[in-house]
Formats: sequence, C-alpha cells, structure tokens
Amino acid sequence: MGGFLSPAEATALWLSLQISAVAVAAALPFAFAMALLLARHRFFGAGVVDAIVHLPLVLPPVAVGYLLLVVFGGRGVIGSWLWDTFGIRFVFSWTGAALASALITFPLQVRAIRLALESTDSGLTAAARTLGAGLWDRLINITLPLALPGIVSGAITAFAASLGEFGAIITFVSNIPGETQTLPLAIYAALQSPGGEMAAARLCSLSIGLALIFVTAGNLAAKRIWR
Amino acid sequence: MSLEVKLKHRLGAFALDIAFTTKGQVTALFGPSGAGKSSVVAAIAGLWRPREGRIAVAGRVLTDAPKLFVPPEQRRLAVVFQDARLFPHMTVENNLKFGWRRATPKADAAEIAHVIDLLGLGALLARRTRDLSGGEKSRVALGRALLASPDMLLLDEPLAALDATRRGEILPYLERLARDTKLPMLYVSHQVDEVARLADEIVVLQNGRVAAQGPVFELLTDVEQIAGVPPLGAVFDAIVVEHQPDGLSRLRFDGGVLFVPALPGAPGDRVRVRLRAEDLMLALEEPRHISANNVLACVLRAVKAAGDHVDVQLLCGGTRLVSRITGASAARLGLAPGQAVYAVVKAVTVAREG
Repeated sequence: MGGFLSPAEATALWLSLQISAVAVAAALPFAFAMALLLARHRFFGAGVVDAIVHLPLVLPPVAVGYLLLVVFGGRGVIGSWLWDTFGIRFVFSWTGAALASALITFPLQVRAIRLALESTDSGLTAAARTLGAGLWDRLINITLPLALPGIVSGAITAFAASLGEFGAIITFVSNIPGETQTLPLAIYAALQSPGGEMAAARLCSLSIGLALIFVTAGNLAAKRIWR
Repeated sequence: MSLEVKLKHRLGAFALDIAFTTKGQVTALFGPSGAGKSSVVAAIAGLWRPREGRIAVAGRVLTDAPKLFVPPEQRRLAVVFQDARLFPHMTVENNLKFGWRRATPKADAAEIAHVIDLLGLGALLARRTRDLSGGEKSRVALGRALLASPDMLLLDEPLAALDATRRGEILPYLERLARDTKLPMLYVSHQVDEVARLADEIVVLQNGRVAAQGPVFELLTDVEQIAGVPPLGAVFDAIVVEHQPDGLSRLRFDGGVLFVPALPGAPGDRVRVRLRAEDLMLALEEPRHISANNVLACVLRAVKAAGDHVDVQLLCGGTRLVSRITGASAARLGLAPGQAVYAVVKAVTVAREG
C-alpha cells in the first residue's frame, strides 16, 4: 500500500474502514430489534415506524448531517447533555462520522434482517415454545441463527455503503484529515486542491475495488450460510 | 390421565363452542377440515388464547381464560405438527435433543436410545433436516416430542402431509407408541383408518362443536353413523392366544375366538383388529363346510338402510359388528332386530398392519 498511497491517503483508507466497522457493529443490535419488531409484530403505527426507519435512505444525506448537528451538536439537546455528563462529543470526531454512517446505513441492515426473518417460518418458534424454550432461549437458539444470513449480508452491504458516505459526514463532523476524513472526503479534498486529479483517481479506483469486494462478499455470505 | 377442554370463541362467522373430558390413553379428535380441530390443539398447547375457556391436563389447569394462562413453554405438552417443523439449522440429533435439554426431569440415556431405536433414527442422527424424506421428518418430529418427556403428546394430523406409502410407514411407529408406552396422546385426524388403528376414544368435531364422543369400538361401528362416517365392520382389541402350525393365529376377544393369518406378536400380546363392513357375511343358520375360518354367533340389533345398501348392527358377546349387505339380501333373509344370526368372517379380510 505504501507505494501506491501517500501516508495521508492510507490514513483516510484506514479511517474509513474503522468508522464503517464501528458504525455497522453499533447499529446491528438496534437493526435486529427493529427488524424483529417489524417482521413479527403487528402494532398500531407500524407503517409510520417503517417509514421513519427508511427515512435516511431517501433523505438527502446533507439533511441527515444537519439534523445530527441539531441533535448531537455542541448545543444540541443530546449533544450538550452527553458532553456535560460524560464528556462525550460527536462533532469534529471520528465517532461522529461513525454515528452518521450508522444512521444512514441503518435501513439497509433492517431490510436485510427483516427479509430473512420473514422468509423463516414463525411456526418454528412456536414449535420451540412447545418444547420448553422461553423468550431469550428462542431468540438466541432459533430466531438469531435463522436470521444469520440476513444479518451477515445486511452488515456487509451496510459496511460497503458506509465506506461511501459523504454528505452526512462532511455536514456533521466536517472534513478533518486524520480524524473525520474518510475516502470520499479525501477524494473531495483532492479535487479541491490544484493538481490533485491523480490522487483523486487513485482513491476513486480504490473505492471501486473495495465496493466490489464487499458487495460480492455480502452476496456470497447470504448464499453460503446453512447451505 | 385426563384431559379437560372447554372453549368458547368467535372468529368472524366461525364459532367454536367445545366441551369434552377424556380419560383415554389415546384420544382421537376427529372431524372434517374446518371443524375446529387445529384450533383446539393450539388452545391446549397454549399457542392460541381462546376468549373463554378452561383447559386442564391431569388435573393441572393450564388455561382458565381470562384469569390464568400458562405459557406454552411451561405446559410440558409436546406437539407434533403436520409440517414437522424441524429446525433447519440443526442436525437431526440436535433437533431430537432440543426439548430434552429443556425438560425436567430429563429422559436418561437408556430412554433416549430407546426412542431412537423405536423410531429407527440411529442412521439419521448426523444428517441435516433438509436432506430427510417426508417420512423421516415425521419420525424425527415424533422423536423430538417424545424426548421432551411431555405430560401429554399432541399430534396435529402428523400424517396428513404424507402420501399413502409414507403414512403406512409411520403408522406402525405410532401404534407401537400407543401400545408400548403409557404416554397420553391427543391424535387429530380426519382419516378413519388412522383413528381406528390408534385411538381408544373419539371426540367428533363438527362445525366447531362436539358432535359425539365415546369409545372407538362403539363410535366407529355404529350404523347410525354418529361419527359422521360410514361404519367399519369391527374395531376391537384381542389377545393373541396361540400361533397354530396351520399358519393361523388364534385370538381371543369379547365375543369368542377369531382366527387370522399369522401375526408377528407373542401369545399374550394385545392386537387391534379391524374389519370392513363389506367383508362381513351374514347367515341365518350356522354354515358348515365353508372356506371362511370364522363363524361368529351374533344377535342382530338394528337394520339401517344407507343408500343402495343396508348396514346391519350386530352384537357378538360384548363386541359390536356391522355387516354391509344389499337391500335385496336383507329382504330375502327377513332380518329383524333380536334375531340370532351368524357373521362369517374370512381370516384374510382381517386388517393386520398392526
């Protein structure tokens, strides 16, 4: 890598991978719970919840970044509380980039897990109940393993999508090399500076390569498990 | 062991209003599809909550709606579903042990080995469930339910998804289970032959209500068709007395002696005998020099026209028999209740799958 990428570009790549991994891992339990709720329970307002979950997918990422700034910013409701109580801060920090990525890719994870849950027979959990399995027992031993293909493929797809997140990150946590400058932000920065076309092209082809690898891996994972 | 069920529920146009108590070891819940059989099973298993009702197994109240509802995982009732419902991400062995691991008290190693042997599952243990045939799946589902050491086994049309050949494969296992264990079972079916082979008692459901209830021996051999199906010639239990050198087995039953082609069981074993009503011939005098091995002295109880033929209700000792003959034969013989008649039964017509 050292020969191909400059140290700053290698940092951007490493930061991208780190932020995406944290974003996907942090969102996964919530995505699973939400998918379970939407797939297995009928409740009043389910349609509204479903729409809200999908919102980050269709909303302009810049708008998501702005909303994050309002809520989690230094003067935001939650942001100021987190800072005063725990000394945790999202703005201008890589954790903020992870939060933005998590939010943007949340619907991707929910969708994949929900599809997996809906394609498994709910009669199986009923059968497990009659065999003495309680709520958590069923969740861990029946529901989770059966949804695993969806969980894995959803996580990988979300990871790949997260690598490409731009608008929400640059709006929420700005473009700080070594802290919040992920690959897309580095491409943007390269294009802004004179003579940066070569660097931009390198980073761009790197992005294409990564995207292909992870999307393929996601598809393979969905097929391989339990076959 | 007793099962007490009382349910009231309304689902759109369909009203369920059911009450029965049974003490039989194997009780059949019998009736056409849509009669409410599966709803009753779901309610007993706790997978469905009726609006009103009380369910008790062996005196243990499981549902007393709306006050009390024991969740399914605490009911100790194992269900064998029509679609087997094996866990696709587990091997056969882990499927079998799923309920066992969660049971208290647990079956010991000898019992596990016994169930695996009884159902012929030894060669399947390491297999994935999707590689199993329909019949194998049914056997694994049955084994899984048995190893959960339930207080009662609920079988919800476990053979309905199988073709005739596979059904024929599984039925002997169920018969062995009914005969060799003391495990109480509720067997849901709309197939007369399954019920006749397995059950002691029948609860007949029709349109969400109990249409009839009683011993299999009486309900399935009643010319009034109170079970809603044409009567069988006979359903009764007999004891194997002797295997004769001439290739016949001699059985004793409440009504005399019955000769049948050689049976596998040992003397003293109990066997279920079934006859088709069409296979019972009637004679007013005791016939001699005929090929049939059985001539049973009976009393004629009733004659009932059923379409273009006549069903004749007979009593042989304490055993009910039905002979289906043409209206012409009935008229020629001048049959009347109270008459002494002889039922002629060819040994080869006795069903002996069990």
